[in-house]
Amino acid sequence: MKRTIVPLGPYHPLLEEPEHFKLYVEGEKVVEVDVEIGYNHRGIEKLSETKTWDQVTFLVERICGICSTSHPFAYTLAVEDLIGCEVPKRAQYIRVVVGELERIHSHLLWLGLAGHFIGYNTVWMWVWKYRETVLEICEKLTGNRNHYAMFKPGGVRRDFSDEQIEYGINRIEELKKPLRMLTNAILDDPVIHRRLKGVGVLSYEDAVLFSALGPTSRGSGVPWDTRNDEPLAGYKDLEWKVIVQESGDVFSKTVVRLLECFESISLIKQALEKMTPGSIDARITEVPPGEGVGRYEAPRGEVIHYVRSDGSNMPYRHKIRAPTFNNLPTFKVSCVGETIADVALITASIDPCYCCTERVGVVDKFGNESTLREDDLVKISVEKTERIIKELGRTPTLFKKGI
Amino acid sequence: MNKVTDDLKTALGNKVIDMIQPRDNRIYMRVEPEDILEVIEYFFFDYKCKFLTATGIDTREGIEIIYHLAREDKNMVINVKTLLPYPNPWMESIGKKIPALNWIERELHEMLGIEFKGHPDMRRLLLADSFPPGKYPLRKDFKHSDVQDGDYDYKRSGI
Repeated sequence: MKRTIVPLGPYHPLLEEPEHFKLYVEGEKVVEVDVEIGYNHRGIEKLSETKTWDQVTFLVERICGICSTSHPFAYTLAVEDLIGCEVPKRAQYIRVVVGELERIHSHLLWLGLAGHFIGYNTVWMWVWKYRETVLEICEKLTGNRNHYAMFKPGGVRRDFSDEQIEYGINRIEELKKPLRMLTNAILDDPVIHRRLKGVGVLSYEDAVLFSALGPTSRGSGVPWDTRNDEPLAGYKDLEWKVIVQESGDVFSKTVVRLLECFESISLIKQALEKMTPGSIDARITEVPPGEGVGRYEAPRGEVIHYVRSDGSNMPYRHKIRAPTFNNLPTFKVSCVGETIADVALITASIDPCYCCTERVGVVDKFGNESTLREDDLVKISVEKTERIIKELGRTPTLFKKGI
Repeated sequence: MNKVTDDLKTALGNKVIDMIQPRDNRIYMRVEPEDILEVIEYFFFDYKCKFLTATGIDTREGIEIIYHLAREDKNMVINVKTLLPYPNPWMESIGKKIPALNWIERELHEMLGIEFKGHPDMRRLLLADSFPPGKYPLRKDFKHSDVQDGDYDYKRSGI
């Protein structure tokens, strides 16, 4: 059969960020996938070498708008591993609370989008409505709906007051009921079963071979969860379990994310209740020469930061690896053999986050083989403007101002 | 030294130049570039490690690569280091055998100029095709003035 290339992206309604997938298809069936990334480079690793140890925390927070606490989490752990300092108990619990709040809001964000992708906009509307509760808790506890700026090497920047803790415990409890309703509605829906089951299967062996991370690996029966495998002081004395599903399809990844939200709620509640008064900062004054590795389980999978110090006030090298970097190549196996209509869903199922994956160079590129070039786009744009002017019979105010 | 490091030393024999364990769950070891393929394969396939990532560092004598692997059931991060000396840092590709290393080798290739012999797909991953060849952004001697604005232009990349 004749082989055709179907482009998906770089700009596509289903992709939140620019990314180019080349689907080699025979009829409706995808026989090969080629992924092209590199549209979002910001050079963060290089930039990090010019910032002080304290400033880097804010820089890495801006790697991703959704996992804005996972990167500082892993970075501060890396610095603490380098120095070998112990973080106070209260600070550990505050970290757990912020990290888990982020996990719930990220998973709900994905669930809403997934509903939208399969044309189930009711799920999207409802899920995002309840996600708002999480963001309100975040705002009340940290001062921000996102980019919490709570972390610093050695501890956290702000303490929780008793009033905030009480608010957190009450509001997070509120979330359980709608979440249970959503879970039941989604898991029992025959349409969703039909649409998601058996689609984009990633086998256990492939998940291991590609070192897939987070819900992508746990949906394939690989029980890797950094919070459990490398227990931080905060997580060690809290009760929770790692959610694992065996089948490896999009449905099992959905189930993993949904059930993890309940574990997160329980973790947040336990951490807030167990919090005892005390110091929140180990007061690091100096970073000696050495190296350290920090790992934290972000909503999409494990984030790893490696730092090396030469004794100065800036990192000599700072390496960041976001989970999507390991998860994206799994498309080579999970998309092949599926139909074009399913590919968008499978790509979405790993909850890809490109801006985290691409943080090394400083690039801006566009276009591919037989796509529209800049000149064509300018031409179309000019034609459209002329058409509007003609139809209106006057120049719109917007153009007059020269915006 | 505890049991884990002893076991590893027995398994890897004289391939390990030195091994330190600064914390309970961190092991750092150095190996020669010609042994790295075998050592990583041992950790990935036999020792059942998860591949985390690889870091390339310009140490001015050469490029040091650190492979980070984790043995999850033992709560252990193993960092395998090797130094590829200037002027031509190169090594045997591991990505051709372990798909998890495919992308990171492409990244190391374009960012630090390491050649991975036998890699199946050495196209640029993150940088633009028009980025000047022979310039490696993560090397310490890289200056931003080495690159002009036009170097990011897709028109010159011939796409």
